[in-house]
Amino acid sequence: MSQKTVLQVENLRMYYNTTEGDVRAVDGLNFEVAEGEVLGIVGESGCGKSSMAQTLMKLLPSNGKIKQGRVVVDGIDITNMHDGEIRRKIRWSKIAMIPQGAMNSLNPVFKVGDQISEVLRVHKGISKKEAMRNSKALLQLVGVDPRRAVYYPHEFSGGMKQRAMIAMSLALTPSVLIADEPTTALDVIVQAGIIRLLLALRKEFGMSIILITHDLALVAQMSDTIAIMYAGEFVEYGRAQQVYGTTLHPYTLGLLGAFADISGPKKKLISIPGSPPDLLNPPSGCRFNPRCPYAKDLCREKPPVLEDAGEGHLVACHFWKNIYEQRMEGPK
Amino acid sequence: MTESTKILQVRDLVKFFPVRKSFVESLRGGETSVVHAIDGVTFDIAKGEIFGLAGESGSGKTTVLRSVLMLIPPTSGSILYEGTDLTKLGRKEMKQFRTKLQVVFQDPYESVNPRMTVFDIVSEGLFINNMVASTEEAIAKVTQALKDVQMVPPEQYLFRYPHELSGGQRQRVAIARALVLSPDLILADEPVSMLDVSIRAEVLNVLLSVKQKRGISILFVTHDLALSKDVCDNLAIMYLGIIVEMGRPEELVNKPYHPYTQALIAAVPVPDPMAPKVKVLAKGEIPTNVSPPSGCRYHTRCPIAKQICTEKVPLLEEISPGHWAACHFWSEAYGMYKSGEMKEFEQEIKV
Repeated sequence: MSQKTVLQVENLRMYYNTTEGDVRAVDGLNFEVAEGEVLGIVGESGCGKSSMAQTLMKLLPSNGKIKQGRVVVDGIDITNMHDGEIRRKIRWSKIAMIPQGAMNSLNPVFKVGDQISEVLRVHKGISKKEAMRNSKALLQLVGVDPRRAVYYPHEFSGGMKQRAMIAMSLALTPSVLIADEPTTALDVIVQAGIIRLLLALRKEFGMSIILITHDLALVAQMSDTIAIMYAGEFVEYGRAQQVYGTTLHPYTLGLLGAFADISGPKKKLISIPGSPPDLLNPPSGCRFNPRCPYAKDLCREKPPVLEDAGEGHLVACHFWKNIYEQRMEGPK
Repeated sequence: MTESTKILQVRDLVKFFPVRKSFVESLRGGETSVVHAIDGVTFDIAKGEIFGLAGESGSGKTTVLRSVLMLIPPTSGSILYEGTDLTKLGRKEMKQFRTKLQVVFQDPYESVNPRMTVFDIVSEGLFINNMVASTEEAIAKVTQALKDVQMVPPEQYLFRYPHELSGGQRQRVAIARALVLSPDLILADEPVSMLDVSIRAEVLNVLLSVKQKRGISILFVTHDLALSKDVCDNLAIMYLGIIVEMGRPEELVNKPYHPYTQALIAAVPVPDPMAPKVKVLAKGEIPTNVSPPSGCRYHTRCPIAKQICTEKVPLLEEISPGHWAACHFWSEAYGMYKSGEMKEFEQEIKV
């Protein structure tokens, strides 16, 4: 794809200051998102994926500080931009987010249509009437009956609330949409509807989507490019077929082994031993080494860097080649 | 299978919850409406099997679990535990069965008391039921239970508090708390849905080893079909308070007869970018179970519903050995599903 780049993230580090020291939630991320591309970021809770989303939106809590790096949206460097300017020029219009638990993000005391209208009125300065008309069109677009604009959130089902949040995020036609766990807590048929909706919207508007999730199946369904995140860093990155077809990093292999697949035969799921590290004092060397079945001395001493394993498939592991060959030779 | 191999037989279980009326409504009189949470559920759990109950939220799967425990007495129907009908027992008589039927809840962050140590949490049931004579005996039993849930060495965990444990470890403590009373049946309500992917497997494998080593049966309530295929020996799919299909999970996934099961399976994403995309094979959303649809409850969402479906309730019948479905047109539905002719409810984008 040689399309225009809409989002560039360079060596981004974001730490939370706490009394015990810095929590290194986002620790050196580099990536680009092209126009119309869906980038899936997969990781477990506490790996820093939601912190990364908040950094991109510049919605950090007061102790969250960008230590290093740049975020460039549509050619505009927003890293050091003031809050007011971000609000006027960037948020919603260039980059919008469907927050985690979006179903509970609607204000229960305002009608859904009014909440969508508010975005339009504040940012576009249009009249109340026109804003409501646009809100209804947006609801229609995401598959909610526009007559429901005058309903309150509690009169919506979970799936409809999620659709309303998607409608709101589309209000100012952003170039990048960040979807943070867009389908958790939804039933599977409703989830399927939301997946199809997001893909159809991407096709229609050509917007880019950053999908943040822990669900390996969801990300495989939706993404062009996939990044596997562990302890604040990307450990594997590539086109979806590369990451799933020729998996290289032991963490990715572990996740796939622990994940139930409805299409395959009955299998025994294998957990990854241990639990994710404390980002206050991450392990030295490779951060995955305490849980890695292939770890050697080198892994405890030297942190691996992301290297190109061929055709843009990046992996951060000292021994990816050996592990891959070993897997190809013998049965697991 | 002979009757004696069954640990639990649930027959025509019904639970209605009355809908609370406002003061004005109660003055007006008229009938109180009821929520048909479960409406005639029948199934058996064999000794040493994991029986899964799957369905969307509101399908009644958790109500079944709570009714089996007699935490909410059912409206009608019977629950035979090794031949004894639990619904006929009084509170005192029920007490002797409480240790035999144990429960593991969904959220290990909520279901263990943060102010008690692991030992206190696991041993509480032993003391309440006078199952141990001394603290030494309790320690021995708790240690064994912790070993069974692979918290080794157990001594290291005995006097820790829940906040010192990870989510997976907490859930294993919750399982140990159930195991220590040596139950015959464990009822697990979405035991891994709050846990991370890499940790889920460790909790599931504990449940599987408990089943294998001690021959304990498990009622496994879940919304995750992919997971239930890897865990359960038998699986029932629930929709609006009834079982629509039941059988071995691999069989249900590969040969779904009921259009609802088909819709569920088509909606589950596959962790492979080359796999076909998810499909929406059900119309609209799940209706309210205050006044469930007439005839087949699924007819309002079914792509192949006909006149008879709105009138006549389809019965759960055994279509092939061990595989049950409740649909008037299961044969037609299965044919259309396999050939990909089943209607999709596609999202239209109108700009």
